[in-house]
Amino acid sequence: MTATGDGATAVLALVEAELTDANDRPAVVGWLQRLCRAAARELPANGVAITLMSAEREPLTAAASSANSVLVEELQFTLGEGPCLEAHRTRMPVLVPDLAVIERTWPGYAEAVYDLGVRAVFAFPMQSGAASFGVLDVYRDSAGHLSRQELTSALTFAEVAMTALVDAQQRPGQVEMVLEDAVDSRFEVYQAQGMLMVQLGVDLGVALVRLRAYAYADERSLGAVARDIVDGTLTLQEGDE
Amino acid sequence: MNRVPAENLAEVFVEVADTLVDEFDVIEFLQMVTVHASEVVAARQAGLMLADHHDRLQLMAASDERAKSLEIFQSQVLEGPCQDCYLQGQPVVNVDLSEAADRWPRFAPRAVQDGFRSVHAFPMRLRQTVIGALNLFGDEPGRLADSDARVVQALADVATIGILQERAIRRGDVVTEQLQSALNSRIVVEQAKGALAQIRRCSPDDAFDLIRDYCRRNHRRLSEVALAVASDPASVPDLTNASTVGNDLLGSPGA
Repeated sequence: MTATGDGATAVLALVEAELTDANDRPAVVGWLQRLCRAAARELPANGVAITLMSAEREPLTAAASSANSVLVEELQFTLGEGPCLEAHRTRMPVLVPDLAVIERTWPGYAEAVYDLGVRAVFAFPMQSGAASFGVLDVYRDSAGHLSRQELTSALTFAEVAMTALVDAQQRPGQVEMVLEDAVDSRFEVYQAQGMLMVQLGVDLGVALVRLRAYAYADERSLGAVARDIVDGTLTLQEGDE
Repeated sequence: MNRVPAENLAEVFVEVADTLVDEFDVIEFLQMVTVHASEVVAARQAGLMLADHHDRLQLMAASDERAKSLEIFQSQVLEGPCQDCYLQGQPVVNVDLSEAADRWPRFAPRAVQDGFRSVHAFPMRLRQTVIGALNLFGDEPGRLADSDARVVQALADVATIGILQERAIRRGDVVTEQLQSALNSRIVVEQAKGALAQIRRCSPDDAFDLIRDYCRRNHRRLSEVALAVASDPASVPDLTNASTVGNDLLGSPGA
């Protein structure tokens, strides 16, 4: 096994071990709420939140480790500025170890979250290439950098959250992941995503969903299915799964 | 192996430096570094790999970008010179692949089968951190002159600086932002190759040539155009609308 599988598997085990809460929402949203709590416990952090973002709709905070984290998270959408929006726009992590330093970058945001006790914010895009699903935000009540290990952990939580979101779109109510496939990074997989987008006339995010769903239903590896698509021996039609 | 005359070497670094200050595109920049590295030591193939947050090496750019030629890098997921170089933070040089089966039982025979005889790998280092490696493969066994090794290591260092950028290097620990961004840029390029291949009914390799030609003609950055193609192909009609583009743009008929 590669370290990749191990890291994601460890995160998955942490989420599964996290207790459900009576107030958790059903299906994948509830699962993401547990993921946020597991991430907050593991990193550790005072708050973790996941916001779904796309070109078509307003940002939607889907899950958070606590009610307070929802408040903190939603502030940046009210104010229209902040690290989460920046991470989504630039497609890269935005690490703010000390809010006092960014006062000039996002004056309204920095002041507002400071009042809520936040001192450091770290935003990780849930993305794969041009397909982006949203951002996972980590909040702390003391200033300071994330260690290398904490960074790896946060990136892995964001990666697993994205995989759960992608798979849930095809199989609602069911959170089940083939992690080995989730981390297959051969170029054919990405090329097949682009080809499927055009074949099916969908956006790239949906193409990711369809590719994984097809491999799952066909009980084949993602890499094998991707290779057939790139070779032209497999063409998916609308309705195939 | 061929030595590079000093004046050519100077040109190499001038060109690399120019790219850094100009409209900077990380994938194009790294590709140029690999082309120069392969020329310096007359290697058949040079590639540059960066480690993701799972410490897994991902190919960023190669001197020969055809899919078939990239397999030598992607076959190093579990073992290989690039892995060793990355994990130890030290160059791996002058390895005769035909005698390396003990060291890399899976990788070495495969490389020999592909016609490679020699391999070198140079770490991409920032102080204590290693972010990836520059990997060179040759058709013939041969020792690298110390001066050539220094030149290739210098190219690897310049590539590191280019990726991380001065800003990040000064801030010290923010390597992650730049690395994640660079790794994601390469994924976008692959997605765009797939989308365009489907639209233009050509191979992904030919699609890549189309994208690069378009970028050169229109003075646009590779990452920016790839993102546009992968997000909304219709937003780049000159490239994605097959009927408006002359067939001369297709280097060779697609698969």
